Amino acid sequence: MAFRLKLVPDGTRIDFFRWQWLTFGISAVAMVASVVLVLVMGLNFGIDFKGGTTIRTESPTAFEVSDYRQALSELDLGDVSITEVFDPSFGETKHVAMIRIGTTQETGSVTPEQLNQVEAALHTVDPQVVFAAVESVGPKVSGELIKSAFYAVGAATLGIMAYIWLRFEWQFALGAVIALIHDVLLTVGLFSLFQLRFDLTTIAALLTTLGFSVNDTVVVFDRLRESLIKFKTMPLIDVMNLTVNETLSRTIMTAVTTGIALTAMLIFGGDVIRDFVIAMLWGVVVGCYSTIYVAKNIVLWLGVKRDWSKPDPKEKAPGEDIPAAFRDAP
Amino acid sequence: MLDIPFWKRLLILGLVALGLLFAMPNLFYSRVEQHNDAITAAERNGFESQEEAVARAGWPDWLPSGLVNLGLDLRGGAHLLGEVHVQDVYKARMEALWPELRDALAAQREVLGAVRRVQAPEGQLAVEIGNPDQMARAVEIARGLAVPVTSLTGAGQSDLAISAGGNRLTVQLSDAEKAATDDRTVQQSLEIIRRRIDEVGTREPTIIRQGKDRILIQVPGIGSAEELKQLIGTTAKLTFNPVIGRGADADARPGPGNVLLPSMDEPGVFYVIEESPVVTGEDLTDARPSFDQNGAAAVDFRFGPSGAKRFGAYTSANIGQPFAIVLDDQVISAPVIRQAITTGSGQISGAMDVEESTRLAVLLRAGALPAEMTFLEERTIGPELGQDSIDAGRLSSIIATVAVVAYMIASYGLFGVFASVAVTANVILILSVMSMMGATLTLPGIAGIVLTVGTAVDANVIIYERIREELRAGKRIVKAIDDGFGEAMSAIIDANVTSFIAAMVMFFLGSGPVKGFAVTLTIGLVTSVFTAIYLTRLLIVFWLEWRKPKELIL
Repeated sequence: MAFRLKLVPDGTRIDFFRWQWLTFGISAVAMVASVVLVLVMGLNFGIDFKGGTTIRTESPTAFEVSDYRQALSELDLGDVSITEVFDPSFGETKHVAMIRIGTTQETGSVTPEQLNQVEAALHTVDPQVVFAAVESVGPKVSGELIKSAFYAVGAATLGIMAYIWLRFEWQFALGAVIALIHDVLLTVGLFSLFQLRFDLTTIAALLTTLGFSVNDTVVVFDRLRESLIKFKTMPLIDVMNLTVNETLSRTIMTAVTTGIALTAMLIFGGDVIRDFVIAMLWGVVVGCYSTIYVAKNIVLWLGVKRDWSKPDPKEKAPGEDIPAAFRDAP
Repeated sequence: MLDIPFWKRLLILGLVALGLLFAMPNLFYSRVEQHNDAITAAERNGFESQEEAVARAGWPDWLPSGLVNLGLDLRGGAHLLGEVHVQDVYKARMEALWPELRDALAAQREVLGAVRRVQAPEGQLAVEIGNPDQMARAVEIARGLAVPVTSLTGAGQSDLAISAGGNRLTVQLSDAEKAATDDRTVQQSLEIIRRRIDEVGTREPTIIRQGKDRILIQVPGIGSAEELKQLIGTTAKLTFNPVIGRGADADARPGPGNVLLPSMDEPGVFYVIEESPVVTGEDLTDARPSFDQNGAAAVDFRFGPSGAKRFGAYTSANIGQPFAIVLDDQVISAPVIRQAITTGSGQISGAMDVEESTRLAVLLRAGALPAEMTFLEERTIGPELGQDSIDAGRLSSIIATVAVVAYMIASYGLFGVFASVAVTANVILILSVMSMMGATLTLPGIAGIVLTVGTAVDANVIIYERIREELRAGKRIVKAIDDGFGEAMSAIIDANVTSFIAAMVMFFLGSGPVKGFAVTLTIGLVTSVFTAIYLTRLLIVFWLEWRKPKELIL
């Protein structure tokens, strides 16, 4: 027999509800913890949301962050933060720093004169330093971007809820949406915990995570609906367990392929995109978990319509295919 | 479902082949790009130079030459988000109205009494008349100057809002006209910015309107946002105004209708000039860099017929008087009119070098921005950083694809190979659709492709898992495969529609890289459904027909 790699053996009978209070409790605690984290530690907003200027410097020679800080401290720039960026692809001859200058004046960004001053000051400590990228966002735009980011996540959630409601039942829609909120909160919590840069691309990652997570949920729901029709008298909890076991192989399989692809990106994709990939990778893990342990539980508690027998649309009344306008035509 | 008619097979394979054909130019990116550039350059110039001919021959004309547009974060360049001060135009309109209103009211002086312009908030024109009881008459005269608004929503309404109180008559633009003007101002700005950037001749700039009064400008390959700002940030508003006086007092009160402007080359010198210009830069038909009689850099300009006529009339009536050449609220020079200038041409000279005179000529020729712009967002990305991102993106895509392929084959054997072919075809199709659309690939977009590699196999996984189940249930191979595809369909559609919703939201929210990501994701969703369902099924059918297998281990 040919070799097949199977992460999930055939015909599993795991009782996913056995520890449901524990798993759901963990989710609830994690959600609350995320909110607390964001409130206490805040988010490391990028300039998209906070305004200000970032400068990415590159130099062939190693440098000390403290030297840079020293050099810039003489300029009146207000709030300056400097971090060194590391990446396996840089090698010995590439040393990268991110300099972030907060909003100083009304305009919210650094003036060209100030930029020249910064460049001159850095040249005194490191003559070979160059600016690989300079980005400025004014406070007016950043305020709007935050607002539209909120709207986007909200709109996507509502849109997905509406679609699931259309295709399934409202209990499913609610279950899916609570799972989505779970995913969003946990991702934001992770960004707060590790103080990863939270900017527009993070929102994009968040929206992708939503799509991915709900994708997973929908596949399970689709199967659940099918099983509900097939096993009309089986208790709901058993039908659900059966469904998750049936789809478990696929859930794991897809999570693994996506995980493999994203891990490749994480390692080899460079530092510019790293936070974005982390958000998506985490989203895959959390999304997978929330499908099995959050969305379903909600549906179980809400109960669900068991009688799915509706008239088969294929059996139409005679003449129904003919548009009404032509039916009585002579 | 496994009974695929011949034409459908041909269609599926044909689509994949087309995808390959249209994705191919991206493999030879720089060569095709030079080919395309040569064609555009030849079209613009009307002839083809030697180098252009060589560059064009580098890629056969009969092959598709569409390329995936590289975003700024991959190619390097500058990005600006500018806000147009639409209110500037209200003021200019009022200034232009004043001489007309003055003449119309002055003609009725015996009825209205003395007419005097008084201070008013910006964008309003306030006039006091001697006989307040004749106000109704004055309002009527002012109304006679109004014209209907020319816009779809404001059609039929007057362009002026006229109000009167006591002896004061106040004129301003009506709300409908303001809305119409705002729209026109932004459109004009857009057009002028496009012309200025085209004059410099960079490749594929993006210049689009965003929202009510904003303009997004992205120019690949330009050194920095600062450079771009100098080119488009200057209003380059050129006017020729009558001079009232000259002095050194920066706080002098110029009086209503006049303004105090500094001199460009003489520090500490200020001119009081009439705010309503005789002629403006809009009357120019040509401007080119040149040199004055002393050999200093200058700009030669030429007026169109109506401008030349007005300029001629004014100069012949004011011989011996100075007039001011004003550029962006600075007096370049204020020569004395020695004789009537009726030829309609002239020269601007002042303290500038050749580079500046060249830029000024470009700006004057492209036209003045109707209003000032401020920049809300500026980004410069160096070309090296972009190249690094491309390299990293390429490497990680290849590794991701190889890893996913290996995993799929380990899990599903031969069917894994089919899925792998489908995934590879999917990446090629994404690239070809993007090339055909001229869509922009950004760094997050590359991540989107990598993500699609991971999720595209999802549809295959759903199908294969289903087939496994059907086989376990004891069905025969063909029946199991057939049912597997059939039953998996609704899950695949639902799953993709929800992802599609998220991608759409991103597209409408997004700017720059995020939008690029959304585009890539959306295209990837569509193509992955095609490859996972149609292409994989076709491959399986080929295999079934060829091998006629008795058993299937999946």
